Amino acid sequence: MRRLRTLALLPLLALLGACNFVVMAPSGDVAAQQRDLIIVSTVLMLLIIIPVMVLTVFFAWRYRQSNKAARYDPDWHHSTQLELVIWAAPLLIIIALGAITWTGTHLLDPYRPIGRVAAGRPLPEEVRPLDVNVVALDWKWLFIYPEYGIATVNELAAPVDRPIHFRITSSAVMNSFYIPALAGQIYAMPGMETRLNAVINHAGDYEGFSANYSGAGFSGMRFTFRGLNAAGFEAWVDRARATDAMLDRPAYLALARPSQNEPARRWGRIDPDLYGAILNMCAEPGRMCMNEMMAIDARGGLGRAGIHAVLPALDAAGARVGAVFGPGPGFVPSICSVEEAAAAAIAARSRTSLAPAPTTAPVRGAGLPRPSFTPAAPATTWLGGSRRPSDS
Amino acid sequence: MSDHPATQSLLFGRLTLDALPLHEPILVATFAVVALGGIALLALLTRYRLWGYLWTEWFTSVDHKRIGIMYMVLGLVMLLRGFADAIMMRLQQAMAFGGSEGYLNAHHYDQIFTAHGVIMIFFVAMPLVTGLMNYVVPLQIGARDVSFPFLNNFSFWMTAGGAAVVMMSLFVGEFARTGWLAYPPLSGIAYSPDPGVDYYIWALQVAGVGTLLSGVNLVCTIVKMRAPGMAMMKMPIFTWTALCTNVLIVAAFPVLTAVLALLSLDRYLGTNFFTNDFGGNPMMYVNLIWIWGHPEVYILILPAFGIFSEVASTFSGKRLFGYSSMVYATVVITILSYLVWLHHFFTMGSGASVNSFFGITTMIISIPTGAKIFNWLFTMYRGRIRFELPMMWTVAFMLIFVIGGMTGVLLAVPPADFVLHNSLFLVAHFHNVIIGGVLFGLFAGLNYWFPKAFGFRLDPFWGKMSFWFWVLGFFFAFMPLYVLGLMGVTRRLRVFDDPSLQIWFVIAGFGAVLILLGIVAMLVQIFVSIRRREALRDPTGDPWDGRTLEWATASPPPAYNFAFTPVVHDGDAWWDMKRRGYQRPTEGFRPIHMPRNTGAGVVLAGLSTVLAVALVWYIWWLAALCFAGLIATAIIHSFNYHRDFHIPVDEVVAAEDARTRLLAARS
Repeated sequence: MRRLRTLALLPLLALLGACNFVVMAPSGDVAAQQRDLIIVSTVLMLLIIIPVMVLTVFFAWRYRQSNKAARYDPDWHHSTQLELVIWAAPLLIIIALGAITWTGTHLLDPYRPIGRVAAGRPLPEEVRPLDVNVVALDWKWLFIYPEYGIATVNELAAPVDRPIHFRITSSAVMNSFYIPALAGQIYAMPGMETRLNAVINHAGDYEGFSANYSGAGFSGMRFTFRGLNAAGFEAWVDRARATDAMLDRPAYLALARPSQNEPARRWGRIDPDLYGAILNMCAEPGRMCMNEMMAIDARGGLGRAGIHAVLPALDAAGARVGAVFGPGPGFVPSICSVEEAAAAAIAARSRTSLAPAPTTAPVRGAGLPRPSFTPAAPATTWLGGSRRPSDS
Repeated sequence: MSDHPATQSLLFGRLTLDALPLHEPILVATFAVVALGGIALLALLTRYRLWGYLWTEWFTSVDHKRIGIMYMVLGLVMLLRGFADAIMMRLQQAMAFGGSEGYLNAHHYDQIFTAHGVIMIFFVAMPLVTGLMNYVVPLQIGARDVSFPFLNNFSFWMTAGGAAVVMMSLFVGEFARTGWLAYPPLSGIAYSPDPGVDYYIWALQVAGVGTLLSGVNLVCTIVKMRAPGMAMMKMPIFTWTALCTNVLIVAAFPVLTAVLALLSLDRYLGTNFFTNDFGGNPMMYVNLIWIWGHPEVYILILPAFGIFSEVASTFSGKRLFGYSSMVYATVVITILSYLVWLHHFFTMGSGASVNSFFGITTMIISIPTGAKIFNWLFTMYRGRIRFELPMMWTVAFMLIFVIGGMTGVLLAVPPADFVLHNSLFLVAHFHNVIIGGVLFGLFAGLNYWFPKAFGFRLDPFWGKMSFWFWVLGFFFAFMPLYVLGLMGVTRRLRVFDDPSLQIWFVIAGFGAVLILLGIVAMLVQIFVSIRRREALRDPTGDPWDGRTLEWATASPPPAYNFAFTPVVHDGDAWWDMKRRGYQRPTEGFRPIHMPRNTGAGVVLAGLSTVLAVALVWYIWWLAALCFAGLIATAIIHSFNYHRDFHIPVDEVVAAEDARTRLLAARS
């Protein structure tokens, strides 16, 4: 394995020694295993590709028109043995590759908790993964460390050899969270959560970015990923804690406004419910959280009343454009009590005459009790976006 | 550009003078050049009184050969536009280092890469592939035209109408800034309120109608109109691949139409199919668009495979090796192409088992594809290979395509895809297969069938110049992108930080310049060939010692293709006829029943195009008018009972006697 890797890299290295082939020489164990898979698959395929290329050139040369010495057999067009070989040879390679793919895909499933620090170094029992909540904003990255109560923008740090468990979402459009030196990428999608487990093995500063085009500021959506030793990481956390700023909902909403090429920023304190609110798209005040809405729907929904429980969006997110024949941008207000809902509806009606007539009937479905909402536990059943870690 | 739909006028919708990009000097200059060129062209057409000729002989023609040629012209013209976008991107990426912003702002650059993808796939590759199939398939199966000749004309004009809508977006308003598949929520009204995405939607919807109908047409033609004796397993291999491609078109394009319709409902009526809130789900869009998108790449590559098969067999002077396994491989690829779409988004967070399934089905496709490569290889084996231009493109394809195939299978391994997805490695991969496979195939086909269509060969010197510039340019332009992908560089970036990357982008830019020379050489080749047409003329109709029926008739073929429908006894029908000492009939001709030209297709497609533009700009009265006009024209056309006529026997005799004399003069 190791020898193969060296062999495959040799010509590249000779030619391109000066370049930083981060995908082929990563610093995290997951990315390293992904690199190994690339090399094994390439070598397997070269077993058939190289003979084909050599034969193509050889046949093209040998059977050229001017070479009268070569045998010419215009009616030779079938050979069962050859047919068997040309179907069987790719088949065998694909069987081997398929087996590698099946195991590799399951072992390197981004949702699978990290089982080892690096090759030959199992994970010590007592080490718990570092939780990082990642939010892709227009056009910067927000990282929240629930364990440490801090948050950063466009700068991410993690201790060496400690597994990291990312929960990833987005505020507006689709992005892809990617640190080539650490592990493969995974999409960041609004209202949904994806996960990534990884570990960094060497201290250093690495590049992270969005790998999925997301609009005008996409090119500047880069961040630094710092792999630090344990002491360095503590110091880094302390520096962040030393900043007095608090990342609460108003601060987040100001941050979420589209901006480009943001410098790194830190917050020493955070609203612990913020990430859950972002994931459930209710960071703006007065919005019903998606998990709450889904819980209501799962119990039969609000019936007809639900259709009217929409208010025009006139909040911090700014008035976005609605469809030309549509109802205009709106949101489902959070429901606290019948009285509050009615008051909100009256207030909204006074703001704009376009608002649909709100209902004042009790909005509780078939008389069911109001579902509870705990932001700390984000939605886990939202389609494919989030699910239990694979245990296969 | 207005940010709010409230600023609409009744007469012009949201179209205002601001929509003209007067603040973009690049666009103003482009517009000036295009306008001057257009005016000059129109003036020349008027000066030489060609309008009537073009209208009666070409625009309204239902002859599959003329329509095929018009498709090819459309594809080549749009290739110039798509390539202009490409070289602008390469220049921007080669420049934007060390704090430089390059010369394109985000607003312009993001439109360029979107337009490049859309144009190259929908308005270059598709028209070229459809054009070749249109031209060649009826000739290969010994038919006089396609099953529905009027529909064929209508399909072409719908495709051209879609292209016109995209071209209009260059100078009026803007094109989408979303990437070529317009993923929501970015393409939703909340994040893309401008008319760019609407241009995208309506251009593809208009062109999509054309593509779908031409697919239906060709499937019917191949199934129902083959010459007597041509069983399915005696069809030329290009016809087989055309059949599979058109089955794919008929099955896949409705999905594209549906998903774009849902997106337009989101954008126009405020539904929530793909929005972030109110139960919308953008992942549904990604799935649906790739359920069309993956078969689409096989729609493009299968006919190219067919061309390579014909060329390899003809220029090796030898029967195709493993005809049946070639057919089965094509059919297997057709079916499997529906079972792999998820490999375009392994990174969306599907489970390991789902990802493995789609990864392995993708790899399985490489088995029939590998078998095809071996079949071409053993077709060359014990042959007498003439390295004419089509064969040169074929050998270049075999060497380049296997590299793209290998990187494709690599990308099908989900953990490898996690690190290479959306990187320049991916960009290099699909250009490797689309240029090395589809485009080289089309160029082989162009050089191969050009003498059939026009009666003279293409000039070999300029053809070889074009060939070498393209092949070298391909390596220079895309090998650096493989390297950059392994360095973790993602695609669609406008500016870069790391100065060590710049050299690779400069090399890639140099490659793009070589490809530019390749395109120029190709245009020169066509121009020079027309000038030297007498020297390059082929009086026989069979310049390459061909094997299939299209070479049995004159070059260019008469409107009726074959005076007598040929009877087929063998897979390589014409080769078999030549060997058995076939004597061309010179008497006993009869009047030939043919379809009559009609302008209804032009009118319908023109109305659809205006309808699309009206919908883009919210000009509702015009949209309603065009829609009513469409319905009315369709009804009126259905009352047209003068659909056919008979070519008088005198004309047939005259044409056939002329060919007899030509053949006699040669021998």
